[in-house]
Order: sequence, then C-alpha cells, then structure tokens
Amino acid sequence: MIKVKNLNVRFKNVHAVRGVDLEIQNGETVAIVGESGCGKSALAKSLVKLFPKKTAEFSGEVIYNGQNILTFSEKELRKIRGKEIGMIFQDPMTSLNPVLTIGFQITESYLRHFPEKSKKDAVKRTEELLELVGIPKDRIYHYPHTLSGGMRQRALIAIALAASPKLLIADEPTTALDVTLQAQILDLLKDLQKKLGMSILIITHDLSVVAGFADKVLVMYAGKIIESANVDDLFETPSHPYTQRLLRSKPRLDMPRSEPLLPIDGTPPDLSKQFAGCSFCPRCTESLEICKNETPPIFNINPGHTSACWLKK
Amino acid sequence: MNAWQRLKVNKTGMFGLYFLSLLMIMAIFGPLLSSHTYYETQLPLKNQTPSLQYWFGTDELGRDIFTRIWWGARISLLVGISASVLDLLIGVIYGAICGFFGGKIDELMMRVADILSTIPYLLVVILLMVVVGPGLLSIIIALSITGWIGMARIVRGQVLQLKEFDYVTAARALGANSSWILSKHLIPNTTPSIIVTLTLSIPTAIFAEAFLSFLGLGVQAPIASWGTMANDGLPALRYYPWRLFFPAAFISVTMLSFNLLGDALRDALDPRLRI
Repeated sequence: MIKVKNLNVRFKNVHAVRGVDLEIQNGETVAIVGESGCGKSALAKSLVKLFPKKTAEFSGEVIYNGQNILTFSEKELRKIRGKEIGMIFQDPMTSLNPVLTIGFQITESYLRHFPEKSKKDAVKRTEELLELVGIPKDRIYHYPHTLSGGMRQRALIAIALAASPKLLIADEPTTALDVTLQAQILDLLKDLQKKLGMSILIITHDLSVVAGFADKVLVMYAGKIIESANVDDLFETPSHPYTQRLLRSKPRLDMPRSEPLLPIDGTPPDLSKQFAGCSFCPRCTESLEICKNETPPIFNINPGHTSACWLKK
Repeated sequence: MNAWQRLKVNKTGMFGLYFLSLLMIMAIFGPLLSSHTYYETQLPLKNQTPSLQYWFGTDELGRDIFTRIWWGARISLLVGISASVLDLLIGVIYGAICGFFGGKIDELMMRVADILSTIPYLLVVILLMVVVGPGLLSIIIALSITGWIGMARIVRGQVLQLKEFDYVTAARALGANSSWILSKHLIPNTTPSIIVTLTLSIPTAIFAEAFLSFLGLGVQAPIASWGTMANDGLPALRYYPWRLFFPAAFISVTMLSFNLLGDALRDALDPRLRI
C-alpha cells in the first residue's frame, strides 16, 4: 500500500536518510530498528513530510495509492495525515495538549477529516474509540494530567485512530512506558490491527518489542536499511554483522551468567559526513578491503531476506 | 473543583471581584440615586462637607461629588476595559503570528513593534489630540497603539516555546492546519500569561486615563473623570480634603481590586490545575 523508493532526507548538512527503499503491504506490521540518531524517526516523519517548512530536503519517492506524497502541497498532505496515515508518538506526557480534554482532542481529529458529521456523531465515535482502546468512556471530559502514562498512550492511540487511518506509524510508542505497560500497549496495537485491518509501521530501538510484534523487520544504520527480513529469519539467522552484534549485545535469559555482554565498539557515524565505503566498516570486526572504499549494494540472501554487506556477495 | 470554586476560596480575589461588581453596578445606577446631575452647578452650595444631602460633599462649583464619582467610574471602566480588549486582540494575534511562523515574518513584525514601543504614549496622546481632538476616543486609541506591544511580546515568547511541544507535532500529524493549531492548541495554553498581562493592563489604562485627565489632556469639562476631579481637588487639599480624597480613593481601590482579581483569576483559570 505504501512504497518508498530511494528516499533521501537532508537537514541542512545532515544527511539523515540515505536512499531507503521500503514497502508495506496491507495489514502488515513492519518494524524499523536502529540505534538513536540512525534516521528512524526522520524516515517515519518523511512519509507524511512532517517537518517544519523548508527545514528538510527530500528526494526519491513515497508512493501511496499510486501518488507520490513527496510532491504534495501542504493542503493535500493535511488530507492524508490522520485520515490515511495516522501517527503516534513517543512521549504520551507531552503529546497531549494539557489544556484540552482528551475527548476534545479525539473529536477534533475525527471532525477534521469528516467535517460533514455532527458534533453528536463525533462524541459517539469518541466514546467508541475510548472503549476500543480500553479507557472507560466516562473519562471523555478528563484532562490529560488526570490520566496515567499508559492511559495517555491509549488516548493518543484513540486520537490517531479517530479517522480510521489505513497505516499507523508508531514512533517508539513504548519507550516512555514501563515494561508491563509496554506489553499492554503492544497487545492493544496488535488487537486493534486485527480488528481494523490496518498496517503498522513501528519504530523502535528495542529488539524485544520487534520480536513479538512485527512481521517484517528493517535494520537501519546511518540512514540506510542494512538488513531486511522476516522477524523469525532475522532473529535466527541474522546476516549483517551489525545485526549480529546488535543481537549479541542484548542480555538473554538462556545465556550463562558468566558470559559478558558484547557491546559494539566505537560510536555511530556522524550523519553530516559522507562515507566512501560501508558506513559500519570502522566498527566491523569482519570488514574486508572492499568495505572501506565501496558502498555495498543490497544482496538477496533468501527470498524476503536482504543484506547490504560485502560478505554476502 | 471548577474555576469558580477555586476563585471563591481566594479571599483577596473575591474582595476585588465584589468591589468591581459594586463599582460597575454603581457606575450604571449610581447617578440615578442622587437627585443631582454631574454638571449641575450651585454656587451657593460650593465646597459642602459630606452630608445627607451631598453624600461625598460638593466641589468648588457646588456640583455633587457622589454623582460625579460614578460618572468618573463609567469613564474609567470604559477606558480600562476597551483599551485592554484592544490590547488583547491586537497583542495576542500579532504575538501568536510572530511566534508561530518565526523567521523573517517574526523578525520584521517584532522590529515594527520595537519601533512603536519607543514612542512615548504621552506624545501619541498629544498628537492625537491635535488630529482627533481631545476626549475619550483619543485616549483609548493612544493607549491601544502603545499598549499591545507588551502583550504581543509575552504571547510570542510563549508560543515560541509551546510550538516545539510534541502535541503540536501530533496535531500536525493528524492533519491540523496552522490556524487550527494556533487557535486551539497554542493560544489556550498561553491563557495564564494573557490573564496576568491583561489584569495589569486594565489598571494601567485606568490610571493612564486618570493621569492624562489630571494633566488636562483627558476628558473635557464638564464631564467628570477621577483624574480631573483629583486635579480640581488638589489646590483645595488643605481646606476641603474630601474633594481630593474621594476620587483618589476610588482610583487606588479600583486598581488594587483589578490586581487582586487578576492574581486570583490566574490561579483559578490555569487549565493545568483543572480536574
């Protein structure tokens, strides 16, 4: 349903997204994982061009329903945002307006896309949505500060779902929540996806979120997708050295206690610079001579499993 | 608790509210309680002490000070409220646009505001006296021309800060346009600062009117204003102190009441405290 071709995003001198290709099918859950500053959020936001005017430069294509979103005017974008592509954000504490009731914020988002509906319909829809995300509907006129963090995230989900988007982009939806709530919110999203049949693009740096949630995983490093695979393939047979190291740097229950965690040495690259070869090369323990000078293309390993690494040539 | 309940527990704020309500009622009905008009002169009865006949005494032309005080209240409230409402409208819209759009628009608009703010309002009043003629209208215009800049700066500062909040991005992600974000998300979040600024600007405007009238730049005789009455009463301070006392007391207590009420309102209306 949405197809990204060779997307590049630049903020002044920072080249945040570097030639990303990605495709999301109807009803599919795709996860993007990567460390802080690798361009995950920039990628997600550029799907609806959610940047202040003139701060970001785009090239490439984001095809939605046969149209390139990147060429849309602000007015056309507003029709897409919320109605076709909904979005939820990381921090439920700051993503709700403190001076408006949650009910108002949900009806706002509904009426914006269905201006022909009456206020009464909107309130009814809001109550349905609250019920759907598991907030008692008598909370409709409550202010955000009277709700707990988990409730607020639920309210945010209700706001994002108000106009029934076909694609929900969840930008680190569980980062600000504690572990038990993370599970609840992920279950809720999964459940809603089944009920409403929408696609989800989830962005996270937490591999455990990915494992139980996504169908397809894209691993992002320095603005590029370096590996893409089904969730099982990725965890069982990670192919890119970065992914392998990433998985090994995570504590596991079945790991002997004496075994130390394996961090990835070095620091992520500076995205304001361009690299001659593979961007992971300086931190890679298996790097070849070719890695320093030539950017690896994307190699197919198995059907549906690709990796941008010269080792897979 | 709603805003009214929280306002009610604030005693000083309620004092302000009661006094201002009384002042408003008396400004409307006060002159009817007395059998005298504000312009009726009775030279044989000049400089009377307060008595049953003349509750606040009479001035040097034998005019009833009680009636004139309420006429003065009309003028003061009219000037205070209309100048502040104009300040509010211009300042909030101007400041919000500056803060929200930023960049060149902000730079240009704030420099214009800076230039306007360097013109002393006394100068503006005197110039307007020449063009429009002396009177209430020129006072209100003069106060609004210079008064909105403070409001605009405060709203701009708030909006600059608020527009970086996630809920603004979230609203945008759901398809909201700029005017919606400004009016529904940003301006309501600035209400506490707007109220504080407003409650400071009303008494400032009232005092400015009294001050201008005191200098003889305000309303013209025989219309009574607290400022002109104070001016009339000043030379006779030694012999007939009530002629200065009443208008001066009303100016002071009115300004105090607005300040107290404003403080209480800020606490009561702060939407972040609503439950």
